[in-house]
Amino acid sequence: MGGLRQKKYQSGEGTRYVTRKTALKLLQLSLKNFRTLCILKGIYPREPRHRKKAQQGATGIKTLYYKKDIQFLMHEPMIWKLREMKIFAKKVKRARALRDFRLMKRIVRNHPKLTLDHIVKERYPTFIDAIRDLDDCLTLCFLFSTFPSIRHVPRDQSALCRRLTVEFLHWVIAARALRKVFISIKGYYYQAEIKGQIVTWIVPHHFSFEPQAREEVDFKVMSTFVDFYTIVLGFVNFRLYQSFNLIYPPKFQGFSDCEKELVDERQYVSERIAALNVPLVQTQTGEEAEPEVEIDEFPACTDDPEKLEKARLEMERIKNLKTLFNGCKFYLNREVPREPLVFIIRCFGGEVSWNRLLFVGASFDENDDTITHQIVDRPNVQKVPHPRPITRQFHKYTLKLTLYICTTGSTVTKQFYVQPQWVFDCVNARQLLPMNKYFLGATLPPHLSPFVDETKDHYVPPEEKAMRDPKAASEASGDEGLSEDSDDDKEEDDEEAEVVDESETSDEDSAGDVEMKDDDPIEVEVKKNNPGDREKKRLEKKKSMSVTVGTVTKENPQENARLAKQEYRLREKMIPRKYHKLYKSMMKGRMERSKEAWLLRKKRRLNDEEKKMKQKAERKQKLSAAVASV
Amino acid sequence: MVDIDFTNTAVDEAAEDSSDVDDGDDLEEGESSDGEKDMGFSVGDEWSEDDSNETDGENEVSTSGYGVEGSDESDELSFEEDDTNDEDDDEEVGENNSLESGQGEHSRLKKKDLKKKSTSPLDKNIEGKNILKKQITHKSEIEAEHVEKPEIKIDEAKVAEVGEYKSDSSDEEDIRNTVGNIPMKWYDEYKHLGYDWDGKKILKPPQGDALDNFLKRMEDPNFWRTVKDPQTGQDVILCDADVDLIQRIQSQKVPDAEFDEYAPWIEWFSSEVMKMPVRKFPEHKRSFLPSRSEKQKVSRIVHAIKMGWIKPREKKVDTGPKFYMLWQSDDSAEQMRRIHNHIPAPKRNLPGHAESYNPPAEYLFDKRELKQWRKLKATPWKRKLHFIPEKHSCLREVPAYKRYIRERFLRCLDLYLCPRARKMKLMIEPEDLVPQLPSPQDLQPFPTTQSLVYEGHTDLVRSVTVEPRGQYLASGSDDLTVKIWEVATTRCVRTIAVGGVVRSVSWCPNQALSLIAVAADRKVLLINPHVGDRLVVSKTDTLLRDPPPQDVIVPERVKTSVQWEEVSDELWDTGVCVIINHFKEVKQVTWHGRGDYFATVMPEGQNRSVLIHQLSKRRSQLPFSRAKGLVQCVLFHPIRPIFFVATQKHVRVYDLVKQEMIKKLMSNSKWISSIAVHPGGDNVLVGTYDRKMLWFDLDLSTKPYQTLRLHGTAVRNVAYHTRYPLFASGSDDRSVIICHGMVYNDLLQNPLIVPLKRLSYHEPKNDFGVLDLVFHPTQPWVFSSGGDHTVRLYT
Repeated sequence: MGGLRQKKYQSGEGTRYVTRKTALKLLQLSLKNFRTLCILKGIYPREPRHRKKAQQGATGIKTLYYKKDIQFLMHEPMIWKLREMKIFAKKVKRARALRDFRLMKRIVRNHPKLTLDHIVKERYPTFIDAIRDLDDCLTLCFLFSTFPSIRHVPRDQSALCRRLTVEFLHWVIAARALRKVFISIKGYYYQAEIKGQIVTWIVPHHFSFEPQAREEVDFKVMSTFVDFYTIVLGFVNFRLYQSFNLIYPPKFQGFSDCEKELVDERQYVSERIAALNVPLVQTQTGEEAEPEVEIDEFPACTDDPEKLEKARLEMERIKNLKTLFNGCKFYLNREVPREPLVFIIRCFGGEVSWNRLLFVGASFDENDDTITHQIVDRPNVQKVPHPRPITRQFHKYTLKLTLYICTTGSTVTKQFYVQPQWVFDCVNARQLLPMNKYFLGATLPPHLSPFVDETKDHYVPPEEKAMRDPKAASEASGDEGLSEDSDDDKEEDDEEAEVVDESETSDEDSAGDVEMKDDDPIEVEVKKNNPGDREKKRLEKKKSMSVTVGTVTKENPQENARLAKQEYRLREKMIPRKYHKLYKSMMKGRMERSKEAWLLRKKRRLNDEEKKMKQKAERKQKLSAAVASV
Repeated sequence: MVDIDFTNTAVDEAAEDSSDVDDGDDLEEGESSDGEKDMGFSVGDEWSEDDSNETDGENEVSTSGYGVEGSDESDELSFEEDDTNDEDDDEEVGENNSLESGQGEHSRLKKKDLKKKSTSPLDKNIEGKNILKKQITHKSEIEAEHVEKPEIKIDEAKVAEVGEYKSDSSDEEDIRNTVGNIPMKWYDEYKHLGYDWDGKKILKPPQGDALDNFLKRMEDPNFWRTVKDPQTGQDVILCDADVDLIQRIQSQKVPDAEFDEYAPWIEWFSSEVMKMPVRKFPEHKRSFLPSRSEKQKVSRIVHAIKMGWIKPREKKVDTGPKFYMLWQSDDSAEQMRRIHNHIPAPKRNLPGHAESYNPPAEYLFDKRELKQWRKLKATPWKRKLHFIPEKHSCLREVPAYKRYIRERFLRCLDLYLCPRARKMKLMIEPEDLVPQLPSPQDLQPFPTTQSLVYEGHTDLVRSVTVEPRGQYLASGSDDLTVKIWEVATTRCVRTIAVGGVVRSVSWCPNQALSLIAVAADRKVLLINPHVGDRLVVSKTDTLLRDPPPQDVIVPERVKTSVQWEEVSDELWDTGVCVIINHFKEVKQVTWHGRGDYFATVMPEGQNRSVLIHQLSKRRSQLPFSRAKGLVQCVLFHPIRPIFFVATQKHVRVYDLVKQEMIKKLMSNSKWISSIAVHPGGDNVLVGTYDRKMLWFDLDLSTKPYQTLRLHGTAVRNVAYHTRYPLFASGSDDRSVIICHGMVYNDLLQNPLIVPLKRLSYHEPKNDFGVLDLVFHPTQPWVFSSGGDHTVRLYT
């Protein structure tokens, strides 16, 4: 009557997935080749909704792929290429075994090559998709660009990575797309905005390569990834350059000076590219490729004027950020990491140079009078009593690098010796910060991450608070900085600082007992109003027989809070059973976060106290010494 | 003459021999017509690499010819002709070479053998034997007459030559007699010995007689060295060399005196392959002539180069992949087959302050945190941070991050090995999960604070009840008394000793009666408290003074379980009007709404655990014949003739008129403690010992409409207010929770339940909290009695 009985797992989720083993059988590939294929084609296992059903009743955890994905792979011409490669390897091995090196050479010369162009288009249907996925690509390419030639990582690959990444950096400079930078212990984080997409990448610190244990890192896998990523990055670069009317394999303006004639041109060009210090040639000179788009204000188009205003403000700030270092001329000392700093400074419109002997591409000399900032990163060897103008004739290595500020005389230039963190902090603050905390030899203020989400309930260190609210920051930190750096009005500053300290402590006291303060005014009023004629007034009032003054019902906020909390506790019990666990876990998470924040606050407080104690002790010592000398 | 002949033949023989050897060589070199040239090939390879020592024309040609080929390898000049073809040729050539070289070796080996044969001592022996034979024959015929002594002069060189080129065959012997190889005795009887080449008889030389022989021996000094040639019959005088030779042979020495037995051994034919083959014969003519086929090949290639058909192979400069405009626009996708339901990989988390090279000091680990971090080495995912924050005073001092490559690798693994699924992320705050209920402020009035405490009991107060008008309060306690309190003043009006643990007290709802039912151990006492309206009090007294006439026969089953007892005067004075003795301990007593019927519960009474008493007729009945479980409590419906019986896990609803069960409410809990009915009659509240309160809507289903878990411990009692939409629950956690429970007349609207207030004023005592609670009949007040010997009023 009813046809064949439906068997289990013949429809629905049971048919949608295949295990890895089945996939290998279907594709007739070895696991190694399958992995390569997965990496290149971007196929990944899926987490099924009902694992047991998806595994057709098998228990345990298996790697499941979409059946459709595997079927899609079956038509991939690359599978044949992979097989060819296998054959190629066999041939080479045979020739080597026979010691027929001529044959081997010939075979090697005609080795099969994978072309990945179509895969790029397939994996990233639109350009925006490609940009969205650029994070990993850039990070890995930057890492590989620092690699030496090792097994599984041919020299060509790292050279290509180097080339492509540098080209990308050039574009970021040209487009002024960089938004945030951060020095972490892992490396330099950069965040750029490309076509409205946020792209973040990491560049490791110097000497990041070190040999890895085989079970720790498989370079072959990474190399396969990089194979694909280089192609992606190349195409992305091409399109980005085109969109800015730049010639793609980058060329330079004013490429004529014969600094190095002996080196071959390719090498020279690539070095110049690496120097990052030369503007690129545009296809159409004269007009800017993309003039700044002015946002038109349509009051009606968005319902939320506040949002509109916010967007406008952000736009303006970014506009300012793009020209942050305009008119600044930087000179990098040799101990400063050149590439990140050149990249950042050029991204925000500054000019930069370094010692000509260190690396090609230096555009001006150290003796240039127009240098505004010299970036140094060395200890202050000898403390010089007070700002002493230093003539520029001294040789770099003999001169004591100290702060050299001349008053605003037009003929004499200003030059600051700052530490590299200043540049990073300026970018994150989106303004030129006062330099007094960053001078040579100064103890640097903490370097904060610009990536912290403001909306979440994390612990916010005071420095970040100051950054978010610059007004409060200037008040809080202004005199602190001065007291640290300038020696001549140290005493005054100390006094000031003490005053500040006192006020702070008093503030703290007052903050400590809020209730007292709350109660105060009423009592004071009462006291003021009724010194002696209280009785009289009372009598008067009695005489007039008017309504007596009712006492203000004092609302105990603590009590109120307690009640509210109690009430909330009861309401909490009414959460449906279904969401109970969720609610509990959420509350637990919140609790943990708050605990963490509390811990950080506590540590901060203890730290500050310790610091203050130390300062006081120092001051006391100094004072006693002064007294003794007198 | 003979002499000349002899030498000639020797030379000829030598020549013949050499030619023979040559021929053999040729034969051995194989059938290939240009075997020699092929040899040239095989060696030519080597020549092309190391400068050819040979300057013959042929070799030059071959080197130049192969120079073209060889360049193929050295990449100086190369052809763009069909590569594979070219290479195939190469291969063939190579194979030929190998073949050839193999053959060459073979031939060389053969030659070696040959040489060995010629010089082997065996051969020498044979040779020696021959000579010996000669000598013997000479000796045997030593007496033969020696008429003509042909001057045979065999010098050493000749002997050597003969020795060298001697062969076994008889053809090559010096033959004068044509008779062949026959026994010569056949000619003994003839005068001749045979025939010479011209067919003339060779006459026997004249044989001397014995005397002649003797004379010859005596006279001829050469007689001892004269031998007879059997073929010619001539006497031959052996020369010194011959004699010497013979002597040497006889003494078993090497026949050749010149031969140096102990000369240093030169290993000509070793395993080492020599550049120049050891050959005795000169190169063939062929090898000096340029190869024609090769010339043709070369000219063909030259022509192709001239015509531009063959071009030198361009040096492949690997400039890397070519890039072009892959996407025509920013956001338009081309239609093609793609991965099914793609889930993009999530981005990595962005770094926080702790990852900075110079973080604020509070982010650095202290000792405890560091220890904690290290402790979680085996389970790194449990760590708060995956790295240890570091602080560097300047950028110069920042080292490379050790785990950087590892981390990148792990990311790669994540990208291609980690199963992906779309997960809905909750973007809500926990507060959003809390149901939005009306604020308690809007639901006033309800009791908010404790206002009065009724103290006086000396043990825990198990039960409490309020007069229907709300003026007095009765409480029963474990100190065996019932106390009557004035609600407003907390004054204890009366104390009635009942002689048993009071488990339940219940004021009669009929306002015309002033009566409290008290369950004390096995007795149920009906007590007139003598408070309130005097008229009512006296009326009650008169009503209960005389029992009504018992006209009905009480069944045996009832009689054994319950007896109505008249009270003595003493007891009457204390207010006790009626005593009903039960056969088991009574746990609960509850009145019907009219105040005539009341029910008692004896949990241990099996199938007689529930009794319904009628006050007016002083009659009892057992409504159930079978036990359906451990009965916890019973309740009358406020309006309809419905009776609720709560057993351990279920609440059974019986229709008293039809005498059947209407419903069975499932509690889903282990142990029901109490039950209360909404004054409307459609909603039932059940309290359980497993901390729950269950709100049943009788119209809706037999499952709870809502389960409230407001208490932390067992719920002891629940109660509804008769006028206000309030209900309350008391539990062992010493708290009373007041809730708003609004039931709407509209059937479609569900009851609204809002917890309003937790009142926890009772003091802890022996783990008992609130034991009973009851609402004031008219005011929004609630009384609770507890383990701390007090009754409390909340307003």
